[in-house]
Amino acid sequence: MTEEMIIAGFGGQGVLSMGKILAYSGIMQDQEVSWMPSYGPEMRGGTANVTVIVSDERISSPVLTNFDTAIILNQQSMDKFENTVKPGGVLLYDPNGILKHPTRTDIKIYTIDGAKLASEMGNPKIFNMIVLGAFMQVKPIVKLENVIRGLKKSLPERHHKLIPLNEDAITMGMKNVVAK
Amino acid sequence: MSEIKLMKGNEAIAEAAILAGCDAYFGYPITPQSEVIEYLMVERPEDRTGMIVLQAESEIAAIHMVYGAAGAGKKVMTSSSSPGISLKQEGISYIAAAELPCLIVNVVRGGPGLGTIQPSQADYFQSTKGGGHGDYRLIVLAPASVQEMADFVEDSFKLAFKYRTPVMILSDGVIGQMMEKVIMPEQMPRLTDDEILERYGDWANTGKTKLRERNIITSLNLDSNVQEAHNIKLQAKYSQIEENEVRYEAINCNDAEYIIVAYGSSARVAQKSMAMARAKGIKVGIFRLISLFPFPKKEINALADRVKGFLAVEMSAGQMIEDVRLAVNGKVPAEHYGRYGGVIHSPEEVLASLENKIIGG
Amino acid sequence: MDIKDIIKPENLVYKRTELMTDKALSYCPGCGHGTAHNITMEVIEEMGIWEDTIGVAPVGCSVLAYEFMNIDMTQAAHGRAPAVATGIKRVWPDKFVFTYQGDGDLAAIGGNETIHACNRGENIVIIFINNGIYGMTGGQMAPTTLPGMKSSTSPYGRDISTMGHPLKMTELVAQLPGTYFVTRQAVHTPNAVRKAKKAIRKAFEIQKEKKGLAFIEIVSNCNSGWKMEPVDSNNWMVDNMFPYFPLGDIKVNGELVK
Repeated sequence: MTEEMIIAGFGGQGVLSMGKILAYSGIMQDQEVSWMPSYGPEMRGGTANVTVIVSDERISSPVLTNFDTAIILNQQSMDKFENTVKPGGVLLYDPNGILKHPTRTDIKIYTIDGAKLASEMGNPKIFNMIVLGAFMQVKPIVKLENVIRGLKKSLPERHHKLIPLNEDAITMGMKNVVAK
Repeated sequence: MSEIKLMKGNEAIAEAAILAGCDAYFGYPITPQSEVIEYLMVERPEDRTGMIVLQAESEIAAIHMVYGAAGAGKKVMTSSSSPGISLKQEGISYIAAAELPCLIVNVVRGGPGLGTIQPSQADYFQSTKGGGHGDYRLIVLAPASVQEMADFVEDSFKLAFKYRTPVMILSDGVIGQMMEKVIMPEQMPRLTDDEILERYGDWANTGKTKLRERNIITSLNLDSNVQEAHNIKLQAKYSQIEENEVRYEAINCNDAEYIIVAYGSSARVAQKSMAMARAKGIKVGIFRLISLFPFPKKEINALADRVKGFLAVEMSAGQMIEDVRLAVNGKVPAEHYGRYGGVIHSPEEVLASLENKIIGG
Repeated sequence: MDIKDIIKPENLVYKRTELMTDKALSYCPGCGHGTAHNITMEVIEEMGIWEDTIGVAPVGCSVLAYEFMNIDMTQAAHGRAPAVATGIKRVWPDKFVFTYQGDGDLAAIGGNETIHACNRGENIVIIFINNGIYGMTGGQMAPTTLPGMKSSTSPYGRDISTMGHPLKMTELVAQLPGTYFVTRQAVHTPNAVRKAKKAIRKAFEIQKEKKGLAFIEIVSNCNSGWKMEPVDSNNWMVDNMFPYFPLGDIKVNGELVK
């Protein structure tokens, strides 16, 4: 199994940390992982993206042009990455703020109303975990228990009390992902 | 075995330096390697091992702090990225000339000039051919993974002290910024003052005692005959390094008809190209350089006897290709491919280039 | 009386410090460098700290200081001595570390290293020989060359409208909180030498007490570069250099002297 994905959105949406949690979860499953962020001025409120690879084998290139999955959280990223999804691949996006929806017919398209659900749950910060849950529903490459173990590893001790909230958010995402 | 961690390459270098018993880090922030000093400042290595971390006023000051501390027998390092490494060249030349051990990390970004902060491999010439003034060499190691970023630190210090010469870890923005699994080595103790006096007391500036002549750290020889003799001594050392310290990884080279020569992140990209080529039935191998100086001339020359061509893949306009061609020595075609100025070539582009320039050509 | 009758311990007034080597000084006859070297080494000998002292030599006339000072020394690149000294001191905090630099080295190319070592309050001693010219390379203009003063790169005199003003580096670093003792001395008369030596002693005592950076400027002559006889050059220095670079303490115990 090799899953090559791009997660892209605005800086501040938790794009990089979602990727990090996925990578940690892969480690918890004894898999190889790589996490390659876009870096630089994009970090400051512009677009941010990260390429995450989870694989049973040694990972070759950490930098890719085509992906098994694209998780897209803003219009700029939609414009940039819709065409990078491999035929038969997955495009998961939050329709909030998307004006030009994806038009490809050779890929599987899913939506998750992450921003809306996060605000309903009263915490915009768990937005990325809702999206992660949606992804896990579509492509169960990482198990929930390993995500929780990964969270424990990646979060500082003082934030561990937030893990149940994150778990709820993942479940929320899993339940609310919609196939287009 | 210590636990598996998920770390950025830059963080791995910093942690490995603490674990290698490094005495001091002197540096100046520059993207894309600022995580090295940031990590060290957060970790407070002074509390862990007694390692000193100092943010200097410039890259120039930082390398001269390294020069001073290395001359005083300590295990010291600095890190920077391309424009900062250009500034350090003065000090690097002095350190090489005065035969001092140290580690310099270059997380390369696109140039020339201020260029871009995106990854590049366009500092190959600067790193392997001199960079600063005069006839000198650095030992240059090119990690291709976060694990190697960590592993090469201790290795570099060993080489630096073995040959009393500066060692460079030549990385790039990809390897510096990406996170991968990494297993850290065990903590090595820093040398005690007594151990330093015992091991390096015959050359280092540790204070002249009545028992010995004064130690002078200098690169100045006003008599050109003396300076020539010093140069000959340095060259002999570099020959010894070329003899003993060549490092590389041959991936699927045994049955290969075509060889991609690459290092660092280009070697990672090329491995994907190799897999794509092999899926199409093209027998491609990767000759991954680990030591850029010393360059594995003999090994590439030997490969040239049994393959049909070489493609040198690097994120530059064509630097390493010159060494590849010298090693291949006209036996078979050797061509260059690479995107540059901060652009990373895709596996597909590399494969297309191999098919067009080498197989088709 | 034979000379051998005179050379007796009871007749010894001054003895040569063992911390100066037997090598003949490369400085021009009449130059202040030799005296400045000598008193620095005397202080280190008198304090009994030579086994724990590391000196840093600059680029300039005193580039070969390590040939004359019989202690461990590192020769630094042009202007980088304060950075080199920082590196040594940070890894050997209990050693005594000093730099010995000229005006081009310290105030021009090494201005940044000087300011930042002073600002960090590195616990080192900086000895700064200011003779207003680049002696070693043949008399070019220094940052401390006086207005109107001729040099090979200001052959018609330093024109401050295009070449800038003489830089008072010592006053400048005295403003920085990291400096603890800042003084300007000279070595052209026995009295001046005694005062300068006292200042150097004080500087090393400050380092011993880990109180911060001690900065000693020694205004000196360059009879070769100034193209004068030694005595004339000293007189010229008194008449012209001292008014612009007045002698005396500028900062004592971390407080500016008013």
